[in-house]
Amino acid sequence: MDLDALAGCLSSSACLVTQTTSGLIIGMLLFLVAVGLTLIFGVLKVVNFSHGAFYMFGAYFAMSAYQLTGSFALAMLAGAAGTAILGLIFERVFMSRVYGADVLMQLLVCYAFVLIFDDVVRIIWGPEFKAMGMPSAFQVMPLFIAGGVVPPYYLLLISVALVAAIVLGIGLSRSRIGKVIRAAAHNPGMVSALGINTGLIFGGVFALGGMLAGLAGALAAPVRSLTPGMGFSVLIESFIVTVIGGMGSILGALIGALLLGLIRSFGSLGFPLFTEGLMYLFMVIVLVSKPTGLFGKEAA
Amino acid sequence: MTRTRTPGISRRSTLALMGAGAMTFAAPWVARAQAKTVKIGMPTILSGRVAQLGTSSRNAVMLEVEKVNAAGGLAGRQIEMVIRDSKGQPQEAARVARELVNTDGCELMIDAEASSGAFAVHEVARDLGVFCIHTNSETSALTADPKQHIPNAFRTARQGVHDSIVGGSYAAAIAKAKGLKKWATCSPDYAYGRDTTAEFTLYLKRFAPEVEIISESWPKLFQPDYTEVVTKILQAKPQALYSCLWGGDLTSYIDQANIYAMFGQMEVFAVNMADYTALTVVKNLPKGIHSGNRYIKTFPTTPENAAWGDAYKAKYNEYPTNWSWENATAIMLMAEAAKKANSADGKKIAEALKGLTIKCPFGADGTVTMRGDDHTLVGYAIGWGTTIPQEPYVPEVKAGDWKTIFELEAEWKKSKGYA
Repeated sequence: MDLDALAGCLSSSACLVTQTTSGLIIGMLLFLVAVGLTLIFGVLKVVNFSHGAFYMFGAYFAMSAYQLTGSFALAMLAGAAGTAILGLIFERVFMSRVYGADVLMQLLVCYAFVLIFDDVVRIIWGPEFKAMGMPSAFQVMPLFIAGGVVPPYYLLLISVALVAAIVLGIGLSRSRIGKVIRAAAHNPGMVSALGINTGLIFGGVFALGGMLAGLAGALAAPVRSLTPGMGFSVLIESFIVTVIGGMGSILGALIGALLLGLIRSFGSLGFPLFTEGLMYLFMVIVLVSKPTGLFGKEAA
Repeated sequence: MTRTRTPGISRRSTLALMGAGAMTFAAPWVARAQAKTVKIGMPTILSGRVAQLGTSSRNAVMLEVEKVNAAGGLAGRQIEMVIRDSKGQPQEAARVARELVNTDGCELMIDAEASSGAFAVHEVARDLGVFCIHTNSETSALTADPKQHIPNAFRTARQGVHDSIVGGSYAAAIAKAKGLKKWATCSPDYAYGRDTTAEFTLYLKRFAPEVEIISESWPKLFQPDYTEVVTKILQAKPQALYSCLWGGDLTSYIDQANIYAMFGQMEVFAVNMADYTALTVVKNLPKGIHSGNRYIKTFPTTPENAAWGDAYKAKYNEYPTNWSWENATAIMLMAEAAKKANSADGKKIAEALKGLTIKCPFGADGTVTMRGDDHTLVGYAIGWGTTIPQEPYVPEVKAGDWKTIFELEAEWKKSKGYA
């Protein structure tokens, strides 16, 4: 334990700014993955254990598009759109067959695809690790805000994730499609009886979830190395986020992800040997005091 | 025999083949004595996150085995490699090693496992008495600890303590010249990371006693994000940073530290940077990172080394790795020892290998030696230099001094109770 370092940091604005943005970056990327997970669970009532694969595909799609076109914007688009299409196909062809099935069956299908997707990446892009490289537009000196260091690329990353959160939140609660989706989550039979194609909605929600994870992968690609299996560690942290925030709650995913990011960034100062453990400890505390998660609703 | 069914096979060549076949049947004692191949078993990591290194081990071995076979084989017997995937799991490596000897009939063994698996295979070699060369484990204790010593096992990998002595003295010289007193470390949180960092700082402080370690970070192995580690180091404001992160972890770390402009704020010593697997992947390699040599075709700066690196690249379309040269050296040494013993028998090769010095592209002076008393490779090229973003990546490598290495190694062995 190094509580002096933590106290020293909390009393210095420079350190506070740097560590807070560092926590926000980790949290925001995590949010994009976790919110897809929680959305799919909320509407389709399946836990998508293969969700990490979409994060991985997003990163690889972005890297390939960036190498082909040299355009960062197109790379992000490729990451998001590619995984959306992949998500739609995956849901229609495979996942839709196990909706009513036993949880174990769903788990088995998802886990099979974790392995299959990893091997597909290995066949297409090779087993060795890759790097996309930072676009030259962002190869600039970091900004200094109140003495703290903030890289411009991370500002972009945080704002993109924030926009996604706001659009998603408002879209689901205010728009017509959002209302239909929420209705379908509540009572798919009734929605179907009203003449709405629930298969399309389910496919769309899955594609949206995949797209958000893909976008996270694409945003992470310039700063993280790409390997087959890279989705796995992200998936585990996303689960912690959804468990803390409450399965099915978008606000919960946002708060959970940000808390986890901040725990990592400040925890690494105060508890350098126990940073990872802190996350789980926090999860345990939340679960004991509120078993449905911070924003989870009581099971009906 | 040719696999393509071209209509052009002449009657003469068919007859010659049939004749050769008849000869083999007619004179079985000749066939057994001369044509019997010698099987060499090789467990290595061909799947999972370090598969690239295992593959590069296999490539290097095959490159050298072809040469040995073309020159007549091991004491007249052609080598047949039997290479199996251990998936990087120690228990699997031990099982595969046992099977290679007992079921496949391998008479010799190349253990191309990382340290975790190497100790497991070592116990199999102890049990079965099979001749075994460890090619990739750099953990010093494998050969330095007398408890591990068996007459039939050798190591052709570099050794951790050699690396630390050379790295520590190189870094200390720069620390003194530039007045770098405040150091931070950032290494992966497992045995290799902890041990290597401890040995490096031990020798750094020995050569430059004024050095002080003001911050330590131990990210998990294969951690995807290092942002909190990067910012923590920035807060500590060290003058220099040491890291033994490697592979994809190192390239992630560099990309993430780059956007915080970290490399302009401190001298960085990353022992595993100068490996082609990392050098060719990082898109924006900062200039001036200090690194130990892993495999680089420009050090040692000899035509033999450059030719070896180019030949490997021509055959496999990628550059060799640190594991490549360590495995190639094993085949080179076995071939020489078999020649000296005039036998492909494991016991005789082991006897001939003790203290054997051979010409080798990876030698500091053009030769490497299998040290007789602890069965480990010495005299290989070892040094440190700074990076540039394009080939040759590390233009100048300052060679380590083997005399100093031997002195300090002896002292280290004493302090550990090994000698």
